[in-house]
Amino acid sequence: MPHDHHDHLSPSGHPYRQDNDAPLTYFQRMEIAVRELLIEKGHLTPAEIATQIDTMDARSPANGAAVVARAWTDPDFKARLMENAGDATREMGFDIGPLHLVAVENTADTHNMIVCTLCSCYPRNLLGLPPDWYKTRAYRSRAVKEPRAVLREFGVDLPETTRIRVHDSTADMRYIVLPARPPGTEGMTEAALAKLVTRDSMIGTGLPLAPENT
Amino acid sequence: MTPAGTRVRVKTMTPPGHVRAPSYLRGKTGEVERVLGNFRNPEQLAYGLPAPEKILYRVRFTMAELWGDAAENPADTVDAEIYDHWLEEA
Repeated sequence: MPHDHHDHLSPSGHPYRQDNDAPLTYFQRMEIAVRELLIEKGHLTPAEIATQIDTMDARSPANGAAVVARAWTDPDFKARLMENAGDATREMGFDIGPLHLVAVENTADTHNMIVCTLCSCYPRNLLGLPPDWYKTRAYRSRAVKEPRAVLREFGVDLPETTRIRVHDSTADMRYIVLPARPPGTEGMTEAALAKLVTRDSMIGTGLPLAPENT
Repeated sequence: MTPAGTRVRVKTMTPPGHVRAPSYLRGKTGEVERVLGNFRNPEQLAYGLPAPEKILYRVRFTMAELWGDAAENPADTVDAEIYDHWLEEA
């Protein structure tokens, strides 16, 4: 692998990013061809495509955090979330499409962690686009073999007595971790609690923030 | 349909294509964690072929079963979604 610009900085101190002068790949050409045909034949407009991209970009972990904070403060909602996470999040107004969502709960003795070993399945409607590391071979292969080592690299060191449950999204389900509510958060509002819920805490590679850190 | 709690083994077949049973689970024995329902088989769906519905299960494997002595903690688990036609009773 060439390292031409790998550790070089521009005079202004920014890393160089190589221009994309390489020929298009097979799938890039296919995407352009299909998109242009859909437009040419009147199935889609460029504005509709741009709107859909905006919608995708607007999704963020704040959606998932709102769901978690609701579950922390409303036991009935939490029961519905654990029973059918798709319906429970739709009830909050999130458009999660045809997604089948499963919520997995962290408790005093159980820690859940999500991976897609086959590709990059991720609850995008609730968490936005997946982080790059989620799609790497390193994460996908190590999460199912040495989750404890992976978690330590994320700063989460769990005792051997904590049962780790890794969830491999191999087919039609998507997963969200319901982290345990941090101690010292009694009396906090749902909105304040949501600010403690990080993206990684809903993937299971992190824990929610402690209240004094927000 | 195989109820939750049943011991099942993932078949060791290796068909080509858009297969959703990861190879690290093939030949491994686990326990049905829950029955997820009927879903159209992605192995055909991915190619635009008629895709009949198959029962999808969540199967729980212990790290001891998957990795033997190399397991970090033998009692930790991996849950994965496996289609009915990939499973046999163990």
